[in-house]
Amino acid sequence: MRLSFKIAARFLKFNLAQTFLIVTGIAIGVSVQVFIGLLIQGLQQDLVNTTIGNSPQITISATKEAAVIENWEEAIDEIKENEPGLSAISAAADGPAFLLKDDRSDPVIVRGWIFEDAEGIYSIEEKLVEGRLPKEGEVIAGLNLKDELGLSLNEEMKLATASGRIEEYRISGFYDFRVSSINSSWVITDIKTAQGLFDYGDEVTSIEMQVQDVFAADIIADSINNRIDNEDLIIDNWKAQNQELLSGLNGQSISSIMIQVFVMISVVLGISSVLAITVMQKSKEIGILKAMGIRDGDASRIFLLQGLILGVFGAMLGVALGLGLSVAFTTFALNPDGTPVIAFYINYGFIALSGGIAILASLVASFIPARKSLKLNPIEVIRNG
Amino acid sequence: MADIIKLEKVSKIYGDKIKTQVLFDLDLAFERGSFNSIIGASGSGKSTLLNIIGTLDKPTAGKVLIGDRDVSILAKKQLADLRNSTLGFIFQFHYLLPEFTALENVLMPHRIKGGGVDKSTFKKAEELMDMVGLSKVKNNPANNMSGGQQQRTAIARALMNNPEIILADEPTGNLDSDSTENIYKNLREINERSETTFVIITHDRRIAEKADRIVEIKDGKIEMDVSR
Ligand SMILES: Nc1ncnc2c1ncn2[C@@H]1O[C@H](COP(=O)(O)OP(=O)(O)OP(=O)(O)O)[C@@H](O)[C@H]1O
Ligand SMILES: [Mg+2]
Repeated sequence: MRLSFKIAARFLKFNLAQTFLIVTGIAIGVSVQVFIGLLIQGLQQDLVNTTIGNSPQITISATKEAAVIENWEEAIDEIKENEPGLSAISAAADGPAFLLKDDRSDPVIVRGWIFEDAEGIYSIEEKLVEGRLPKEGEVIAGLNLKDELGLSLNEEMKLATASGRIEEYRISGFYDFRVSSINSSWVITDIKTAQGLFDYGDEVTSIEMQVQDVFAADIIADSINNRIDNEDLIIDNWKAQNQELLSGLNGQSISSIMIQVFVMISVVLGISSVLAITVMQKSKEIGILKAMGIRDGDASRIFLLQGLILGVFGAMLGVALGLGLSVAFTTFALNPDGTPVIAFYINYGFIALSGGIAILASLVASFIPARKSLKLNPIEVIRNG
Repeated sequence: MADIIKLEKVSKIYGDKIKTQVLFDLDLAFERGSFNSIIGASGSGKSTLLNIIGTLDKPTAGKVLIGDRDVSILAKKQLADLRNSTLGFIFQFHYLLPEFTALENVLMPHRIKGGGVDKSTFKKAEELMDMVGLSKVKNNPANNMSGGQQQRTAIARALMNNPEIILADEPTGNLDSDSTENIYKNLREINERSETTFVIITHDRRIAEKADRIVEIKDGKIEMDVSR
């Protein structure tokens, strides 16, 4: 093995220009693979983030008849304990109300949160553009609502519920979710305030969750459903509500795989044809080595190791090139506001996989010359000078 | 003394459609530790005979025994090991590996045998290079040497594993008479010191006459076989 490696390395070093060419060929294949793969993954990640990144991915809500979730604190504890895939969980007390200002009466949704839990889902602090988070008896409103109604900080907001109750709350701040339907309808407050306004007592109306692997949301939702097993509750997940987005993402994944398969095929074909030529080039050397008594296994291992070495160097160079391309792309392809057009997410697993596949492909490609070398008879070389 | 090489009724026919018979029912044996020369006109079949003895080529008919072992029944691995440890080749065309230096070429049979290269192995290779008069160019790439230097390197390489048998095909064809003289003196010394059997093809009658035995091949048959 050591001898085969030594000879393989020496052969490659001896034909340095040719070796460099093959390594470059493999590297270009790998870099295209890495770049396109990361690009598409970045696109998907962006899409997923903007669509569901700051919203609950699994929601437990009460049916109309039940109206509220009883024993919600125990339910949360149980879910937390048994579902390791969750990244955030938060209870909410929600209800419809009318915002009364001047002569107008606008429908809004009042959302009562425990802010330290809700932060994990909504990143509300980032979205606060004015003032601070509400304490008990305070609310925050979206920018659209503010502009529409001319609301101002520390003003009292008058809210009327369907049951006829009218309450006033101090506006402690304004937020911007960058989604106008939210910005014009959500009035966010502390959970106690909402519970008081809607007479929920200590109960809540929904439990919202985010998961680590967004694509596993449906599986986790099913598992929660089985665990809770309560007919008064409805469990929903983003996948069930976003079929179109999902099929779009799927299409992208498939096209990405297709591209990668074709790149890989061309890499394999390239390496195997070049390695097949090197076995012809080196047939004299192999003949001499066989006349000196090298075993067939060691002789063919020379070519496998050449394939392996070419693959490893090609993969390393290719990964470096691919990452470089990606970094260049995020640095130079910018939106007018200076953010990258596509933010790359460096997926180390995927990069390692691309490199690994290239190495494996090189190894497979070198099986052909390795087999050919088995058939080589030293006398052919000795006789023909 | 016992025969280390034995050929029984060895024939060689080249070609499938147009058959050329090159060797005709040869019966030939070489004693262990003997120093033999083979002479004959060009095309008489000397190289063919030597390649068959060296297991590189197969006879069309007949048997080859090396140290009492019939080589036709050996597995590929055993054959490889036989070539590596028992036989030492010096080819008509020297055949070095151009990717390696002269010294590395000399060490190659040892590496193939599977031994690591320690100080004593290294010293041995250097001594062999010294013996063939190449200590100055031992670190040259093999293809950066003159034809005669390459041939001498090939001689050193054949001796590296202390083989029982050295098969040489015109080993000094490219050398001047002084170097030739010197190399034969060394080979003879090795022959006497370690009982290595030599079978050497040569055109040079003066050299042939220094051997223990001269076998002359003519048209694939033994024309003359004299021992001193
Ligand atoms: N592969 C082959 N196919 C057909 N004929 C061959 C083949 N190899 C050798 N021959 C023929 O066999 C005969 C003997 O060849 P060989 O090489 O053994 O001669 P030689 O005695 O070594 O000659 P020289 O002194 O020139 O080296 C020649 O006539 C040659 O043409
Ligand atoms: Mg010849």
